[in-house]
Formats: sequence, structure tokens, C-alpha cells
Amino acid sequence: MRRILVVADCVGPGLDDSCWELLTAARTLAGAGGRVAAAVLGHGVGALASELAGGYDEVFAFDDPRLVDPDGEGDALALEPLIARGGFAAILLPHTNRGIDLAPGLSVLAGVPLLADCLALAWDGDALAGTRTVYGGKVHARVVAAAGVKGAMATVRGGAFPAAAHGAAGGAVKAEALPAGFAPRRHAIRTVAPAPGDVDISQAELLVAVGRGIEDEENLGIVRELAAALGAELCCSRPVVDKGWLPKSRQVGTSGVTVRPRVYVAVGISGSFQHIGGIKGSPYLVAINKDAAAPIFGVADVGIVGDLFEVVPALEAAVRKAKS
Amino acid sequence: MDIIVCIKRVPNLAEAEIEIAKDGRRLVADDLDWDVNEWDDFAIEAAVRLKEAHGGTVTAITVGDEEAEEALRRALAMGADAAIHVRDELLAGADPWLTAVALQRAIHGHPFDLVLCGAIASDGASGHVGGMLAALLGVPCVALATGLEVRGRTALVRHEVEGGLEREVEMALPGLVTAQSGLNEPRYVSIRGIRKVADMEIAVKTAADLGLAGKAMECRVRLEGLSLPPAGKGAEILGGDVDTAVATLVARLHEKGGL
Repeated sequence: MRRILVVADCVGPGLDDSCWELLTAARTLAGAGGRVAAAVLGHGVGALASELAGGYDEVFAFDDPRLVDPDGEGDALALEPLIARGGFAAILLPHTNRGIDLAPGLSVLAGVPLLADCLALAWDGDALAGTRTVYGGKVHARVVAAAGVKGAMATVRGGAFPAAAHGAAGGAVKAEALPAGFAPRRHAIRTVAPAPGDVDISQAELLVAVGRGIEDEENLGIVRELAAALGAELCCSRPVVDKGWLPKSRQVGTSGVTVRPRVYVAVGISGSFQHIGGIKGSPYLVAINKDAAAPIFGVADVGIVGDLFEVVPALEAAVRKAKS
Repeated sequence: MDIIVCIKRVPNLAEAEIEIAKDGRRLVADDLDWDVNEWDDFAIEAAVRLKEAHGGTVTAITVGDEEAEEALRRALAMGADAAIHVRDELLAGADPWLTAVALQRAIHGHPFDLVLCGAIASDGASGHVGGMLAALLGVPCVALATGLEVRGRTALVRHEVEGGLEREVEMALPGLVTAQSGLNEPRYVSIRGIRKVADMEIAVKTAADLGLAGKAMECRVRLEGLSLPPAGKGAEILGGDVDTAVATLVARLHEKGGL
């Protein structure tokens, strides 16, 4: 029987899906008779707090104009006193950009251990234990937080837990004030959306995605040809955008565009969780990669382990022949 | 302005055969290639560019074994002016917390305007050291930077935030920024460039030099063991030569409405 705190992430005017996935994790960790609480921070978060109360036993609402934009430093300063007095056995945050910005600093302020990007969580006696991926997803690690009177924190990967059902009401909403002397040293100026691209890959039915394995910008031609043969749009993973070979608007992933195609052909893509996290709707997933241990083969439906510079032109020719 | 950049040498596992050592806590490292962590490369480049624009110094720091000196040499070749190597077998299994503590101690006595870290390391993949170090140093931090400028005593940072958006924030200096990949285009480092800095002195600090002992050396997170991921459902791997595999794939795509 434990008390667990979840820090809610919001996107625009709504709650992030992680709020309900973390509720599942929190209920499991709380155990029978335990209590699960959510903290929500922002300006005008009354409706969000009520929505959270439909699933959580208690909701701590930090509603203040100074919290209008999510801010890792300000949010940590606000949450620290709650954690200090709350007696939470575990504090869970989503492993989203917001969680990544907030969790490390907050763990130091609160003086608690922090587990990163967990796929699974459990108690090892009184210590919080997590399973996570290291070395580019090729290895799993089991990590255990030092047991302490103050509890432990963990960030949790999106999709690691199923979303919990939640209703209309139930939990108590408590208004929380910002601590005296609240003075973050960073301030938001403006929030910007990436420039819209020439094509909206989020609507594409067929996608050919290219990754780091393409090695050079001038090699992109072969995947363009494959996409053309299939009648698919071309998209990519992050390294291709980082190198400036394709625009951000064609990047699939948690820091790029979320896509829902019927068929997704991943060429030279290792399959980081950030990339896979952007592929929704269970498409038929094809992977072409020379590394048989690449995580992409763990999630793909069908794969060819081979040199993409041989496989892709051969596939393009075979597709054109099949269509003619 | 004086800048400190924290870096790490990591194995490149892109095409490596992975084998877990008998103790279950390390990889068998014999055949691995090593390099500077990709994100740290962006941090070094950002530090050197700011120095070139505003004057001042860049000091690179790493916590790592003897071989980790390679990473510092690379930073020096890219334009860092000095390097500190925190090297102690007692720090070999350091978690992000203990690594951040060691970095804070190493930075102590070196006044700085800005600390730069890679947003994440490709091996441990926690992304915690930067944010923890900022809190230990008592300075503000912005994570996942995709843009960075300095104007007087303020850093103007663009960073990745919720919902695929980016936010521009002003941060009072001194402060810490973690570099997201793509922040800039790291400069090329030639073998000749590395040779040029081969004789530059690198300060080596042990845990004892940093006053680290007893409780201060305790990790907050213990690695219990590494394992290879469960096989799971996995893809149907199409065998045969390229033409055979491709022919099967075309048939599959036809069934699934991809043609």
C-alpha cells in the first residue's frame, strides 16, 4: 500500500496520452489500498485537473500565470515542496521532452534517485526497480534505485503501459500554490511549430522511410526511385534531417511527424524508440537493414537482412515489373 | 566567455556483434569501435563556435578510463583550449548521479559562463547528467537545444518541447544547455588535427583529488544486470539471395495492398 505521484504532461490545451499510461503504472506500484495522485501545472488547468480526477484519487493543481508555458526549472521549483511533504513512494514522469527537461533537476532538488526511460517498473523490496534499454535499444538493463525514505523517481517510455480507463469524476482536486521566492532563471519567449513541408506525410497511405544507413545525400536517389515505383511518399528518421538531407517535415518520430500509413518500408533505419513512436495505426512494416540485430526487426512484420544498396534497386525493379 | 563542455567516449554499436560479459554488467569490449558520443560532438562544436564569436576559453571534461583521453584529444583538435580527465577505477560503474557529482567537483574552481553537455549518451541513454549537473552547480538548464545564441549575460536557446513543437527561451548565465543532435554541423577532425594536440597537457584528477570518498561516492541507481532483449514476435526474415527475397517481399506487399 503506497502513495504514488504522476506528473501530468499536457500538449496544447489537452492532456498527453502518457497521463493515462502512467496511471496504469502508478496503480500497479501503489498496490491494493494504495493511492495514486497526479500533479498538473499550467495556467487555466482547472478542466485538466477535473479530467485527471476521473482516474486519479487526488489531483494537485498548480494553476498560475507564471506556469503558462511548461518549463523544466519552474516546474521543478513548484513540485519540490509537494514531493518533500507528500510521502510518495514513487514519482513518475513521462519520458517525453518535458519529462527529460524536468526530471533530472527535480530529482536533485528532491534528493531522490531517478530511473530513466523505463519499459517496466516493479518493487524490489522497498526499492523501485526498472527495465530499460541501453546501447541503442540492443541491450536491456535492469536498474534498481537506492531505497530511501524519500522514494524514487522514474521517467516512463510512451506506450510501455496500456492507458487506464478513466471516468467523469472521483478524485479530489487540491489547489497548490507556488513556493515563496519562486524565481526561475529561464523564461519562454515563444513557441514555434516546425515549418510545414511540401507534403503532409501524416496523411500518406504508403511510406518509404530512409535512415542513417543511406550513408550519403547523393544515395537518396535509390530510395526516391523506390518510393516513386510504389507510389509512396518519402520520409526519414532523425539523422537524415540532422544532416540537412531532407526537411524536418519528412521526419517520422516523437520529435517529428506522427504517421498512420497502411504500409511502411524502413530502409537503413535501426528503429530507435523515438522513430517507432511516430508510427501509429499498426501498418504492415517492412525493414531492410544489413544489421540483423537492429531493433527494427523486433517490430517489423517482414524483413530483409542485406545491403540496402543491392536490395533497394532490386526491389524497385521488381515492383515496377509487378505493376506493369 | 568561458565554456565548459562535458563529453564521453562511447562504443559504436551500429553494426557490432553484442556480447554481454560474464558479470552481466558490461559488454565484451574487445572488438568494439569507440568514438566521442554523437551528441557531445554537437556540444563541442557549439562551445567552439561561441568562443570564436565572443572570445574566451573552452575546457573539455570527461569522466572515464585511460582510453577516454581520445575523446578529450578530439575536443582539443576541434578547438578546446584545455582538458580535464577525471580518471579513477572507483568511478568505473558511476551512475548519472555520481558522474554529475564528479563533474561538479571537477568544475569547482573553474569559473564559467556556460556548461554544454550532449543531451544523451548513446550507451547508457539516460540523458540525466546535464540536468543533474546544472542542479548541483546551482545554475539553470535547458535540455534538448536545437539552437543557441549568447547575447551579453543571456543565452537564447531554442529547444524541443511537447507535441513536436520548439520553444525559444531566454536563460540567465551562468547556465547549462544540453545539445540535441542537429544543433549544428560539427567540424571535421583530421588525423593531422589530432596529432597537433598530442602534446597538449591534460589535467588528470582522481576521485581523491576531487574530495570524493565514502558516502559521496555512492550511486543512486544500481545496474543489476544487462540482457539481450527477448526475441518477441520479430519480423519474418526473408531468406535466399537478393532476388528471391525481393520476389517474396513483392508478393507480401501485394497481399497487404502495398502495390
